[in-house]
Amino acid sequence: MEYENTLGRIFDIQRFSIHDGPGIRTIVFLKGCILRCRWCCNPESQELGIQTMRVQGINKVIGRDITVKDTLEIVEKDRPYYRRSGGGLTLSGGECLLQPEFALALLSGAKQVGINTAIESMGGIQYEVIESILPHLDYFLMDIKHTNAEKHREFTGKTNELMLENAKKIAASGQTNLIIRVPVIPTFNNSRDEICTIAEFAAALPGVKRMHLLPYHRLGQDKYEGLGREYTMDHIIPPTNEEMVLLKEAAQKASGLDCQIGG
Amino acid sequence: MKHLYNMDLPKTDRIVKLIDHLFIKMPEVESARAILITESYKETEGEPIITRRAKAFEHILNHIPITIREGELIVGSSTLAPRGCQTYPEFSYEWLEAELDTLASRGADPFSVSEKAREELREVHKYWKGKTTSDLATAYMAEEAKRAIEHNIFTPGNYFYNGVGHVTVQYEKVLSIGYDGIIKEAEDLLSQCKASDADYAKRSSFLQAVIRSCRAVINYAERYRILANQMADACADPVRKAELLQIARNCAVVPAKGATTFYEACQSFWFVQQLLQLESSGHSISPGRFDQYMDPYYQRDIRNNTLTVEFAQELLDSIWVKLNDLNKCRDADSAEGFAGYSLFQNLIVGGQNTEGQDVTNELSFLCIQASMHVMLPQPSLSVRVWNGSPHIFLLKAAELTRLGIGLPAYYNDEVIIPALINRGLTLADARDYSIIGCVEPQKAGKTEGWHDAAFFNMCRPLELVFSNGVDGGEQISIQTGKVEDMTTFKEFFKAYQEQMEYNISLLVNADNAIDLAHAERCPLPFLSCMVEDCLKRGKTVQEGGAVYNFTGPQGFGIANMADSLYAIQKLVYEERKISMNELKNALAANFGKGINKELAYHITEEIVREFVHSGKNVDKDQVTEIIKAILKESVPEEEKKKQDELRQLLLSVPKFGNDITEVDELARDVAYAYTKPMEKYKNPRGGSFQAGLYPVSANVPLGAQTGATPDGRYAYTPVADGVSPSAGRDVNGPTAAANSVAKLDHFIASNGTLFNQKFHPSALSGREGLEKFIALVRSFFDQKGSHMQFNVVSRETLLDAQKNPDLYKHLVVRVAGYSALFTTLSRALQDDIINRTEQGL
Repeated sequence: MEYENTLGRIFDIQRFSIHDGPGIRTIVFLKGCILRCRWCCNPESQELGIQTMRVQGINKVIGRDITVKDTLEIVEKDRPYYRRSGGGLTLSGGECLLQPEFALALLSGAKQVGINTAIESMGGIQYEVIESILPHLDYFLMDIKHTNAEKHREFTGKTNELMLENAKKIAASGQTNLIIRVPVIPTFNNSRDEICTIAEFAAALPGVKRMHLLPYHRLGQDKYEGLGREYTMDHIIPPTNEEMVLLKEAAQKASGLDCQIGG
Repeated sequence: MKHLYNMDLPKTDRIVKLIDHLFIKMPEVESARAILITESYKETEGEPIITRRAKAFEHILNHIPITIREGELIVGSSTLAPRGCQTYPEFSYEWLEAELDTLASRGADPFSVSEKAREELREVHKYWKGKTTSDLATAYMAEEAKRAIEHNIFTPGNYFYNGVGHVTVQYEKVLSIGYDGIIKEAEDLLSQCKASDADYAKRSSFLQAVIRSCRAVINYAERYRILANQMADACADPVRKAELLQIARNCAVVPAKGATTFYEACQSFWFVQQLLQLESSGHSISPGRFDQYMDPYYQRDIRNNTLTVEFAQELLDSIWVKLNDLNKCRDADSAEGFAGYSLFQNLIVGGQNTEGQDVTNELSFLCIQASMHVMLPQPSLSVRVWNGSPHIFLLKAAELTRLGIGLPAYYNDEVIIPALINRGLTLADARDYSIIGCVEPQKAGKTEGWHDAAFFNMCRPLELVFSNGVDGGEQISIQTGKVEDMTTFKEFFKAYQEQMEYNISLLVNADNAIDLAHAERCPLPFLSCMVEDCLKRGKTVQEGGAVYNFTGPQGFGIANMADSLYAIQKLVYEERKISMNELKNALAANFGKGINKELAYHITEEIVREFVHSGKNVDKDQVTEIIKAILKESVPEEEKKKQDELRQLLLSVPKFGNDITEVDELARDVAYAYTKPMEKYKNPRGGSFQAGLYPVSANVPLGAQTGATPDGRYAYTPVADGVSPSAGRDVNGPTAAANSVAKLDHFIASNGTLFNQKFHPSALSGREGLEKFIALVRSFFDQKGSHMQFNVVSRETLLDAQKNPDLYKHLVVRVAGYSALFTTLSRALQDDIINRTEQGL
């Protein structure tokens, strides 16, 4: 089949992922992103080009090109686990929709053989791309980081109008389960007000019932060094569990959504 | 059952105190049993062995000191001090004699021995010279088998030094008719014996021995009845006084008669469980399907409102504590192989009945709850899983897993039942299976499985391929040709299979010699009266009285072998990146870490040949000097670097445990090299051999006797445990590792396979985490894996426990087919557990 030979650029495939969508999942991480979120824990995902990163003193090549066929072969290996857990394939990144043909081919290929599909995306891309994948998508885990355009630009490099607009369209399409995810980043969006504003926005989207609050962590810090980049967040202390619980309760109260900490 | 899942059944203060009492001091060796058995043996010389065994058992039970510990509800202690042990000189004693002064200071499982006990043991040991089962086994064993053992190809040490144990008896029979009932049965059979019968002598003396043993057990309970009454008389606390009087009433009924209440059933169970372990020193005396045979008593009392769930729970908790009160002292080497003071008393809950219906019940839940309460290694709690298992039951089991004590182990009915049918069990018996010891399935009350017959190190025959059968300068195995001359992988693999086959045949010889020695020197009448068809056949289990007879020796190191053979196939034969000669030298030099004896002998031979060739004679002393000099000589830097590069190359090829079909299929063939030849052999009890694939904890000490392997493993480091991938070599996560393991043939390894996984606690957090965990187990089982067990404890916790053992006295971890206290394990085994790949986020 034609689509099986479509090439894409990925930097990892992670099996037994249990925090990124329902059940036990295999995540394919696509390379390349248009945002430059300061807290990004996968900085090696941002460039589309193949890079070298030092990992524990050894140079590691980040990024490889792979066909849809080869990718789906790996995804297929954990089918028994998807069946028992309600899991499946998740595309992540980077921003997976920046390689629209590859993403579409993977999602439709998986659906054709009965594998549940999900993507993690910030949705900041022309809606036609999103529209094309929706028929093949069970879960859209969509990032909403901030409701203020300027603040969004300051911390991620882009404003948020397109993303918010697309969120409404995706919800209106009724073609997929839309779940809103919010990375909770101190100094950026960890105020009660901002989290509640996002929650209210999410609750206004037709069909949206769930929201995930993902606490900031520093696990990606070493990668910045490995890439020869500066980590500008090293003074930021991850939110405590107590803070997260307070935010969750506030968001739940403000929006009526089913909120959870972590994915 | 749902109400039980949600019911809060707190641990009582009594249980907290009983657990604390277990750990008040270092376990101690007591001398009472050794003295009593020696006294009895001296008096019965010349009588039939079965009579002597019964008389000795009777003498022990009549005179061994007894005690009721403070606050106990269930009574019966084999030693005065908690977690103490008796000794069993009739099996072996030389090691104990030699180690008496170092027992308290050794790394694995230390025991204290009082000065008085030491003297007493030394005194009685004098009697046993030449009279033990191990003496007789040695006499029966072929020379070449002894040599293979000396060279660490395999070790049958467990049954060579100890009783066999490894059995589950008909507890339900004792609960139902009591020993009075069994005595009656034996008497009836005895009355049918005709003096003219060909087997009259054997049969009648056995039945008489059974009667004597059962009476001794009834009298032992009577001693407890009297003691409880005496203590009640002296007791000022009215609550405790009432408890002691109840204990006395229980002991007046059981185990002589059938139990009339759940409490009596618990007490009756306990006497059976305890006294089996006083009759002989075998471990893995497993309670089996406790939730099934106890259920009628539980149901009846609950229905009649004479028992509360809370009290039932406290009784179970009490039994769980008692199971940890029993102990066993092994020789220093075995203590490493069975580390953690473990008795492997496997108790299994859930699963199907003989008609294939699920019979998970309320007690199944209470048993899991008991392990949550006591948080101790015993019993080795297991759960049976099949397509019809209630989800809520698995949730309860997963909650216990999450607590991190390595319990329960999960077993797959869908593999084990057909595997047992393939070994000749009836469908009904196979469905009713339970687990012995670590992972060994069998039908309780009908089987003498000899489940832990030996450890076979599958890496050693590979070394013999490289050395053409020579080890330490001695030709100990067959010659399969010079390894450098093997031109195809097929040829190489065939040589491996031949080395395996030959050494397996020696293992069979060793096991059968030991088997016969047990039958002749230590037949066990008490045990045998609770195993079918011993009474009817008129002989003990040791002599073939059981319905099903097996011998089950374990192979381990599959992952190392699969990885090694794959590296050879790829790098030597396909890509020709390494020559066989280079590989041989690198292995002998431990990848530049040093020359081993093998290479030293080889080089010496070459040198001596040169000398002789040039007309000089070399005497023995000179040869020794040359070897010494070579062993001292370090590997040149340049050579070291080259060998390190070669090792990196070996490490770079794909490894077992990553869901790579090519490697996994080779692993399947490697396992067959062990499991298939085993099937054709017979034992002296009329049964056959069946292989298991699990190591207990022997992969660490036996790894220490294994040279470098072509998977890049350094010499003397642990080999892989069970069917698990080599530590740290599985890098694609738990599903990939499980898929690889599932590709082995678990049906043929019917003595059990063992698959370890280690999870970070975060992987099981929340209800979601439990659900995904259950899905993982079920999916592995869908693919016909047989067994799975888990350590859920963070690496940081284990490292901290190594640094501050005092803070972690109660930290229980999964070792192999059992759990043990982490801080009691040897450092090497601790490191091995820490290094297992952690599957987490």
